[in-house]
Order: sequence, then C-alpha cells, then structure tokens
Amino acid sequence: MTASAPLRIAGRSFTSRLLLGTGGFTRMETLGDVIDASQTELVTVAMRRIDPGAEGSFLDVITAKGVHVLPNTAGCFTARDAVLTAQLGREALGTEWVKLEVIGDERTLLPDAPELLLAAEQLVDDGFVVLPYTSDDPVLARRLEDVGCAAVMPLGSPIGSGRGIANPANLTLIVEAAGVPVILDAGVGTASDAALALELGCDGVLCASAISRATDPVAMAHAIRHAVLAGMLARGAGRIPRRTHARASSPLEGVPEFAE
Amino acid sequence: MIFVNGEPVDAGGEPTIRDVLLTLQIDPEAAGIAVAVDAEVARRGVWRTRTLPDGAHVEIVRAVQGG
Repeated sequence: MTASAPLRIAGRSFTSRLLLGTGGFTRMETLGDVIDASQTELVTVAMRRIDPGAEGSFLDVITAKGVHVLPNTAGCFTARDAVLTAQLGREALGTEWVKLEVIGDERTLLPDAPELLLAAEQLVDDGFVVLPYTSDDPVLARRLEDVGCAAVMPLGSPIGSGRGIANPANLTLIVEAAGVPVILDAGVGTASDAALALELGCDGVLCASAISRATDPVAMAHAIRHAVLAGMLARGAGRIPRRTHARASSPLEGVPEFAE
Repeated sequence: MIFVNGEPVDAGGEPTIRDVLLTLQIDPEAAGIAVAVDAEVARRGVWRTRTLPDGAHVEIVRAVQGG
C-alpha cells in the first residue's frame, strides 16, 4: 500500500487518512482553518439538546468546507441510548454513518464492551455504517467486525489523555487480524503518535483534542497531516529491524592507522 | 403539559410536533435537527400531523461540536 492509496470505508474513498473530531475548538474560525490545514474529509459531530437561542453557524462551517459529517454517540452509557442517538443523527444529518461510542464511566471514558457490541449489532441491522470506538482489545475488535462494523476504531490511550499509543503490541494484533479498516481513535497527543499509528499498520487516525487543544491548533493540524503521510510512507518503505547491538554504517575496512 | 428537553412546555391542547417547534421559536425547516418522542425518533415527515399527548417527553437535538 502506498502513501497515496485512498482509505476505503464501506465503499467510500478518502484521500486523507486523518479524521477530525470537532470538539474543543473555542472559535469557529479556527475550526474552519483546521479543516483546511488538516485536509480531512471526514469530521465528527455530537448530537445534543437544541438551544433555541444559539446561532447555527457550526454546521454551516462544516458544510461550507464540503467535508463528510460523521455523527457520534458521545455521552451514551447504554446500547439503548446509543442506538437512539445514532438514529437522531441519521435523521438530523441525512447520513447512515455513525461513530459509535458507548462509554463505561465518566472517569476513564473507556468503552463498555457488552453494550458497545450490542449497539453495534442493532445499528448494523438497522442499516447503519458503524464505526465503533473500542478498546485496544483484539478480541473485541474481531467481535465488532463479525457483527458487521465497517471499521474498528481502537483507542491508543484514554480520550483526551494525550498519552499516545499505550499498547502498540495490541494495536498490531488488531491490525493483523482485521478485515476492515483500523482507525486509531483517542489518545493522540502530538504528531509522532499519529505517525506511529500508521507505521504500526493502522489505516487512519482520528484526532480531536490533540489539535483543538494544542496551543496553535492550525499548526498542529499541519503537523499531524504530515505525520500521517510520513507514517504511511515509512510503513511502505520498510523499517530496519530493532537490534540489541550496534551495527556500523561506515566501512570497517580501510580505517587509517595514524603514527604514534 | 408536555416535556421538551426535560422542561415543561405548554403548547396548547394536543399540539403537533411542528406546533411545539414553533412555540419554542425553532424553525421546523432548519437543517440538522431531529426529534424523539418518548424515546423513539419522529421522522420529519410526521411533524405536521403527529400530535403529542399530555405528558409526552420530547427531545429536540441538533449537531454540535464533538468527538
């Protein structure tokens, strides 16, 4: 696979392998600039109770950029609530795609595996293209694929933690077994985390806080875009194996011997 | 009395979903909003006709930043 190969999810092709979460931006202008800088083609949104007095500029910014919208089910703790929220997202935004999140508790924001799997199965049956936010458990990832999810989105580390990829070995196991795209979701803190995800075999990366809460979100969007490309190039290039001992790159023969 | 997003709302006797939206000064034609009544999605096509019984729980949502 080359760096220019498109990311394909459920029959839709994306030139960019960077998905953008829109949470955490304090200014709409910044979000627009970040969409441009990241060159993302798929951005997430959350569904929340309407505030009749609020301006409707948020969705306008996204639609003006021509990117696809991916509603999520953030904030749901049960399969029932997640399914209903996904259905509301489909109704509001006219898309059958959903980033499925079913959270176990507020302290860790880790996925609730049984509820997640139940919700995924119900949404697939209801015709959704389901992209589940999941833990870095290879067995759960396989189960999600088995019920018909269009991709799996394992976490690198907890949402908003910026701790990068805590368990690269598990992520590698998920990638090796997956027959659907693997998108690293959650935990990215900076560009090198995104590059590592692609080097490990992920098909894409979703970033929210890493960009929106950076000191300079637009600069970080640039950096992570390039990191994703660099990771894909490096993966295609084939890294050298890790060695215990040094291995000289300069010739060992012909070293001059100087007089005492 | 019905409940919209957790708050009691008086939109007259047996209002339609559209009546409730208008009472709350929400444009029913606006893009990006969705309605659930008693934990089931009410498709946009029924907003003009579906009446809400006393005590109905209505959720009106729209897309916001997140994820």
